[in-house]
Amino acid sequence: MKMTVKTSEVHTRHRQPMTDTKLLMLIAIGTFIAMYAFAMIFIGKRFLTVKEIFNLLNNNAYLIILGCSLTIVMIGGGIDISVGGVVCLSAMSCAKLLQYLQAQGIEGPLGVILSLLLALGIGLLFGIEQGYLVSYLEIQPFIVTLAGMFLSRGVTTMVSSENVPIKHAGFQAFKSIALQVPNVFKLELGAAIALLVLIGMYLLLRHHKLGRSIYALGGNRQSALMLGINVKRSRFLSHVISSVLAGLAGYVFIMHASSGKTSIGLRSEMDAIAAAIIGGTLLTGGVGNVFGTFIGVMILSTIQEIMAASKVQESYWQEIVSGALLGFFIMLQSVVLSGREKRRAKKNALVAAEVKG
Amino acid sequence: MLQKRNSRKADLSQLIIPLAALGILLLFNLIRGIVIGDLRFFSIGIGENIYGNTVLTGNLISIIDDASALAIIAMGMTLVTAACGGQDISVGAVGAISGAVFINVLAAFGLDKISVGTILVALLAATAVTIIFTLFNGTLVAVFKIQPMIATLILFSCGRSIAYMITGSATPQLNDPLINAIGKTIPGIPIPTPIFLVVIMGLLLTLIFKVTNLRLYTQTVGINQGAARLNGINPVIIKLLSFVILGICVSLASMIQVCRLNQLAHKTLLDAIEMDAILAVAIGGNSLGGGKFRLSGTILGAYIILMLTNTLNDMNVSADSIKAYKAIVIIIIVIAGSPGIKNKISELWKKSRSRSSKAMAGR
Amino acid sequence: MEKQAVPAKGHKASQVLEDNVVLAMRGIDKTFPGTRALNNVDFTLREGEIHALMGENGAGKSTLIKVLTGVYPKDSGHIYVKGIQGEAHIHSPQEAQNIGISTVYQEINLCPNLTVAENMFIGRTKGARVQWSVNEKKADKILRNLGIPAQANQELSRCSLAVQQMVAIARAVDMNCKVLILDEPTSSLDEKEVQMLFGLMRDLKSRGVGIIFVTHFLEQVYEVSDRITVLRNGELVGEYAVENLPQVELVARMMGKDLNDLADLEEIGQKKTAGETVVYEADKLSSTESKPFHFSIREGEVNGFTGLLGSGRSESVRAIFGADRVTGGSVKVKGKPVNITKPHDAMKAGIGYLPEDRKRDGIIADLSVRENIILALQVMKGFFHPMNQKETEKFADEYIKALKIKTASQDTPVGSLSGGNQQKVILARWLLTHPDYLILDEPTRGIDVGTKLEIQKLVLKLAAEENMSITFISSEIEEMLRTCSRLIVMRDRNIVGELTGDDLNQASVMKTIAGGGQ
Repeated sequence: MKMTVKTSEVHTRHRQPMTDTKLLMLIAIGTFIAMYAFAMIFIGKRFLTVKEIFNLLNNNAYLIILGCSLTIVMIGGGIDISVGGVVCLSAMSCAKLLQYLQAQGIEGPLGVILSLLLALGIGLLFGIEQGYLVSYLEIQPFIVTLAGMFLSRGVTTMVSSENVPIKHAGFQAFKSIALQVPNVFKLELGAAIALLVLIGMYLLLRHHKLGRSIYALGGNRQSALMLGINVKRSRFLSHVISSVLAGLAGYVFIMHASSGKTSIGLRSEMDAIAAAIIGGTLLTGGVGNVFGTFIGVMILSTIQEIMAASKVQESYWQEIVSGALLGFFIMLQSVVLSGREKRRAKKNALVAAEVKG
Repeated sequence: MLQKRNSRKADLSQLIIPLAALGILLLFNLIRGIVIGDLRFFSIGIGENIYGNTVLTGNLISIIDDASALAIIAMGMTLVTAACGGQDISVGAVGAISGAVFINVLAAFGLDKISVGTILVALLAATAVTIIFTLFNGTLVAVFKIQPMIATLILFSCGRSIAYMITGSATPQLNDPLINAIGKTIPGIPIPTPIFLVVIMGLLLTLIFKVTNLRLYTQTVGINQGAARLNGINPVIIKLLSFVILGICVSLASMIQVCRLNQLAHKTLLDAIEMDAILAVAIGGNSLGGGKFRLSGTILGAYIILMLTNTLNDMNVSADSIKAYKAIVIIIIVIAGSPGIKNKISELWKKSRSRSSKAMAGR
Repeated sequence: MEKQAVPAKGHKASQVLEDNVVLAMRGIDKTFPGTRALNNVDFTLREGEIHALMGENGAGKSTLIKVLTGVYPKDSGHIYVKGIQGEAHIHSPQEAQNIGISTVYQEINLCPNLTVAENMFIGRTKGARVQWSVNEKKADKILRNLGIPAQANQELSRCSLAVQQMVAIARAVDMNCKVLILDEPTSSLDEKEVQMLFGLMRDLKSRGVGIIFVTHFLEQVYEVSDRITVLRNGELVGEYAVENLPQVELVARMMGKDLNDLADLEEIGQKKTAGETVVYEADKLSSTESKPFHFSIREGEVNGFTGLLGSGRSESVRAIFGADRVTGGSVKVKGKPVNITKPHDAMKAGIGYLPEDRKRDGIIADLSVRENIILALQVMKGFFHPMNQKETEKFADEYIKALKIKTASQDTPVGSLSGGNQQKVILARWLLTHPDYLILDEPTRGIDVGTKLEIQKLVLKLAAEENMSITFISSEIEEMLRTCSRLIVMRDRNIVGELTGDDLNQASVMKTIAGGGQ
């Protein structure tokens, strides 16, 4: 006896009702457009040019990469607040290495490659340590990555407590590679790398088994286990990727900056988290996408520009606006989530209310 | 016949970690002091401060003194952790807000007219404002059910800016004997005032625990929120209450630091104290996931952290690198208490037991 | 009693299973420290058969399933699966799945944030690349084939629970399962959804899938099953064809009673006649977990809710106590209208409640025995009136002695006590509050026989001497017959009867529980 399916339930094959994730991302995009419009009005002509958008990209390339770090970890239900510190350690170490190579007279492309490997290596070490503690020893990610933050910042000052200027010829040449049309736009290499990372992460999260496993684990860990997903390994790898990207972000940072400082990336983990949340990554895990995070980074950097350009003496306004924005989006998420809960509860109440005795 | 209450045994067992850590530190410094021939670390003496008053001096005293703000904040953090199962990372930033209000109120009365009265009013105002902010966090956690670390991220990012907004760019200097009395010592009393304030805060909380059911309710909510509700407890109220108490602690600690430094430095006041506070709670043997708690453990934890910092400083480790060592300590403590390690230990325990019982059977 | 002709052990693999048998479990034993969960249990499942597995608490149903799916290793016995040479050795749910045994659990083990198609295929493919369109097309085909009203690209959380369950089933079917275990699939479904599920089950039946249907719902069992296996106390009571087992006999088998057994109950005390005052009255009271019902209880009356596990007894009393969210109805306590929306309200109105699930709802594990005992009383006294040390010690001492609670001291964390002693602690907690109306949901579960009788005597004493009204819920009919003067019978979440006076005997109870079927 086959069940006959009501046609009304089947007729639209592809159009699904708006999912919560899509809703959150739409709000983010809307906010960005609003912000940008405000910037155009407030700051004026500069913001109308394509050049300005690319400026935003170039200046915040490393933050875009950090946003990807946080996104992947948060989708898996965890968090990583060590990324800012890892960026700093990575940047400082590379600067120091380049300084050393320069002193030794090795100024060719070797320096570029070695420092890249160093940056990725540092990220890998932190990623493995943190991933192991979180996934296999089952320690809360916040504490583990908090320690990572301390550790990386502390070791940074051991590498060097003063600024380390970067004058390595090979690296300087490398830095200056850019895709540009004079006076129209300029896409620096660092920004290009960031965009590649974005695309790579998108592909990983959307089309690769590991990415989907991370979504599953974030959605319902128990179910993911029962479905045959290697939960421990997926979680471990999410932290490894996060830290490796943070290492890369440090490398990208010094492609834009002129020296290694101990203040690099200070509080950038909070910006990355804010960007991810604004972009629709749920704190509870299982939901998120890197393009939303990208929008989040753009929103935050637009605010920064508005603040800088408005010559507001008090730089504190930027932080307050970012904080308020973050708060708004956190509460928005909470409302959306509880909306889901209420829908389910209402359904149960209806079921219970069927008066049959 | 029921055995005599062995509560003291149970209580002390939670203090094993902090006492052990304390012991190790003291031993380390003792050995080091003997080796380099200088036991300055353990110095306690009587001397004179710049105002000509007799005061207790010495390294140990200054450690305990310096730890006062941390100890007080950590007490509040213990309660929030116990009730909510998470930590508040905005305490430093909210402390800056508190200090800003404190100074502003004092300035409103006139910085040259500082008196006990104005200080009290300023403190009350600062506490009220601080509680508003911690209740904001508390509402996000208790009502909106957001994870405490995430909820407090908001004020963490913009709290210091709010403080800046309150005072403006002015940084008034507080040069007044009364201020110094709070931050350093009251003339005639050799013990630094902040230490007294720690004791007072501790006594206040102990009193609250004696006169109300706060300890029982907090622990119950932290251990099993659902069962707490089925026994008539309102978990939301208890969680909010823990944040209120944290607010009081933050405000008091902030006042101590402002008086100590004679000014409010928005960026550096209580800098990174949230991390130290969480560490103190953890070292004190309290579970970071909530439930049972022991304030004395936390206070010990605070002193241990300062002692560690002091020891490292003495060994000429730079201030920034100390962070790295603290991180390693956190990692070790947290690994030791992790479910993963506990499982492995119990597996080893079972194996050794079966091995020994097999050996016994074999005889 | 019917029993499947059992092939003798030692036969050649190909001869062990009769032609249409897909699963044979023989002589399964499983012991946990302190309990014998399964004792020489057999189970047989045929192709294209819907086979209900039934039993009350502690019967061994879930243990049998867990052994079959590799969650627990069996102590002894043999499992044979069609298509597997010799015995099947199953060490994990993955392995079970691989040989064709799939389970759909009550908590739907799918990821709500992924699409239907993803949920169907994730964790199964070897390749690293995810093929969205291929998977979606495949999924759509399967969904149409099975008549499941869902879209392949729909987010699972958007589907109703019933549809989610069907997607879980579809996944199992696509993995070519021979044996499909449905663990309490209908608990959260409404009438329409149950029928939809049954339609799918019948469809699978026609394709030759063997279905093990674990459920409490009597009427559903008779509606859709072919055979029934009854377990009790870890032992096989019997396997029956549905048409050969009248509902009443099924109930009797499950409860271990003989319908014709009219032996006198051991008297433990006089049942008191209830007073006139109505202590508690509820009209059309409903909660998120329970349909609207009427209920009242008088002073000094002991009443019971009986019925099979899952019939809705606990949900009803939770609604009374405000433990679940109340959605409608009015309540009067001692004649005055009272608003009970949360447990604190109920406590203030003089109601106490011993929850069914002591681990989840009852004990505060890390706190001491003493703290657990005085908890409810302390809350009633108020936030600003902590009892002093002496008082709490005295109370704890009193009740530890009275209920013979085995504990090293008052300060032992209650989590380290045995289950039965934990139960006593919670009972002590509520007795200490001297409520006007006390609700006891399975107070004797996990307690030794001697103490069970003590508790029943205590119930009678409280009703007689203190005029306490008591609602007593127990899986053991005798306990309720001994103590209650009125029994409310529930079946499948509805109140189906009320028994008093001469009707208070086993036979009537079972007949009422079973209902009119056959």
